[in-house]
Amino acid sequence: MTRRPTRTRLWALALAVLLLGCGAAGYTLRAAQRAGASRPSADASLTLDGTGERLFVRDTATGRVALAGRDGTRRTGGPVCDRFHAAGPTALCLQRRPGVPARAYAIVLDRRLHEVRRIALPGIPNRARVSASGRVLSWTMFATGDSYATSAFSTRTSILDLRTGYLVKDMEQIPLTLEGRRHHAPDVNYWGVTFARDDNRFYATVSTDGRTYLVEGDLRAWSARALRANAECPSLSPDGTRIAFKKKVSDDPKSPWRLYVLDLRSGREQPLADRRSIDDQVLWLDGRTLAYGHAGDVWAGPADGSGAPRVLARGASSPAMVR
Amino acid sequence: MYLATTGRRDAPPTPSGVRRRVSGTVLALGAVSLVTDVSSEMVTAVLPLYLVLGLGLSPLQFGFLDGLFNGATALVRMLGGHLADRGGRPKRVAGFGYALSACSRLGLLLASGAATGIAAALAADRLGKGIRTAPRDALITLGSPPDGLGRAFGVHRAMDTTGALLGPLAAFALLWATADAYDAVFVVSFCVGLVGVLLLVVLVPSDGSTTAVGAGVRPAARVRGGSDRGPGGRHLLRSAAFRRLLAATALLGAATVGDAFVYLLLQRRYDLAVAWFPLLPLGAAAVYLLLAVPAGRLADRIGRRRPFLYGHLALLLGYALLLVPDGGPGPLLLVGVLALLGVFYAATDGVLMALAGPLLPEGRRATGLAAVQTVQALARLGAATGFGAAWTLWGPGTALVLALGALAAAVGCAWRLLPSDALTEGTPS
Repeated sequence: MTRRPTRTRLWALALAVLLLGCGAAGYTLRAAQRAGASRPSADASLTLDGTGERLFVRDTATGRVALAGRDGTRRTGGPVCDRFHAAGPTALCLQRRPGVPARAYAIVLDRRLHEVRRIALPGIPNRARVSASGRVLSWTMFATGDSYATSAFSTRTSILDLRTGYLVKDMEQIPLTLEGRRHHAPDVNYWGVTFARDDNRFYATVSTDGRTYLVEGDLRAWSARALRANAECPSLSPDGTRIAFKKKVSDDPKSPWRLYVLDLRSGREQPLADRRSIDDQVLWLDGRTLAYGHAGDVWAGPADGSGAPRVLARGASSPAMVR
Repeated sequence: MYLATTGRRDAPPTPSGVRRRVSGTVLALGAVSLVTDVSSEMVTAVLPLYLVLGLGLSPLQFGFLDGLFNGATALVRMLGGHLADRGGRPKRVAGFGYALSACSRLGLLLASGAATGIAAALAADRLGKGIRTAPRDALITLGSPPDGLGRAFGVHRAMDTTGALLGPLAAFALLWATADAYDAVFVVSFCVGLVGVLLLVVLVPSDGSTTAVGAGVRPAARVRGGSDRGPGGRHLLRSAAFRRLLAATALLGAATVGDAFVYLLLQRRYDLAVAWFPLLPLGAAAVYLLLAVPAGRLADRIGRRRPFLYGHLALLLGYALLLVPDGGPGPLLLVGVLALLGVFYAATDGVLMALAGPLLPEGRRATGLAAVQTVQALARLGAATGFGAAWTLWGPGTALVLALGALAAAVGCAWRLLPSDALTEGTPS
């Protein structure tokens, strides 16, 4: 055999391994405690109820849903969500579950922000939408595993109808008409659904063959057809005549998008005054003003392309207006 | 993917090696690799999530960084091999590589989100990995008798794979226990990595005595088969046998499409839930783990050339299975492809080193092994890029048919090119 390590060296090795083990265990314990401490229970006094228009956001510092006052004050007391939206009597909270692989919960909340239904899904929360009536919900998850071959993440978009309780976990199989023909392809991906007032018509993004399209869909008929190319994350205006969306305007991965508003009747597009690359599904605060998350804050700006963006809520994302 | 670097298991050295055990050096190096792989695969498993979710880096940016550093590793290997040979201190060079990778976890922790800091930490990790691989494999060849090289590499790779399998599990458990405290994963990974370095320092014979190890059994360095190179040959490429080995490695590497694509094809075919996707590589790794030692022993008995070629035939069969039209025996096919992938790694990864080792003079061994690994890595990089392009242009089916043809041709050429290792071929074990 070879020259054996001396007994002293072996003892030193054992001691060092023991010390390192204690260090690792100690750090882990502390991290676990830290995690336990930062998981507060939701504050029962924060609800969707109230008078007038109220803006809810996700507070970045705490990860909890908060009510943002017009004067910049904030009441943080809602549930912990990674993505949030609310309308009418319903709120939707997408919550990432810790660990690998990436998984999440879609949690349906009532007007008192009490949990009604919880759905476990793979992926990373990305978009959340509640129809104006609060009866139809949709959300999108990034599916990390598919990202090996392409640079883009693939997505899974679900639609939940609270009237029937029916859940479409992945809407990919919806019959799609593209440029007048029925389109079949394995690489079809949907994301960013927005609902019309009738709780039946909806708009969404579909991507296939490396291009994105704005599609108009019909829930009851379960069909979708592409309206125009290069439009992502649509958001329908309250009067149902215009769609705000993000359009890919550059191949620069640092600033690929710009926000536009499309007039559905005339088909005319109008870029917003905000020239920055916004990656969010826009919220219509009212018929004239848009809100969206960008760089850690929620911004607002006129929908007609005039004016300039202003900060609506610092350190926040996922704006939702409840009336 | 990282399967090739994955792998180790088989803690007790005696499972089948009743008559002859692998040397203490090999076991010690296997233990070091096991512990180090736990450390590095922990981070590998969580890093994409950490970067993309925790820090908001785009997948595009992450993919770019990852590809860049992986490419760079191939070249750093040559540096590591050269340093180990020139100073005659492979252990010291390998130890530096292990230490550098371990410390890169602290870099990740301290960078706390700054993109440049993270890029630097990633670079340090890959640098360490590149530097240590060739000297470590040279230490294995120097610490083993020439006719036991296949088994020695088999044991080492099996231990290595064990670590790679345990790493993601450990990371998963940590994230679960701490509710996504990535910093805890980095700290634990650092501690485990340091244990690996300490194991190397204490258990692996120091450089001065390395030669004595081999000499104790048989002077490994002086025996080499099929070589037409004089014993004093300074230049590696002067050996025709080594040149042919390099050419065969390059050809075969250039016809290997990359595991990620295989997994992706399987995932699409069976529409596997995304949550199961990360388990596919584990399936292949488990087979690799089980077969690494038997494949190594077989290589020692019948010569290393044939198992190496059979391994590539297994891969060829795996590609062919992927082409079986839909509606075939579903899950069987999935299991078959993963098993064949495992067989491929078991029969080629360590065996290639065992094939190359005896062709190299002792003083140039680390450099020579590094050259083989670099050629293989670069060829595979090119193959993956080419396959990705073919997939984009013509779709996965056509790309796979092309890959199948290329691999068949490469195996055919390699059959003629590969030098037979006269030393062990036909020698009864």
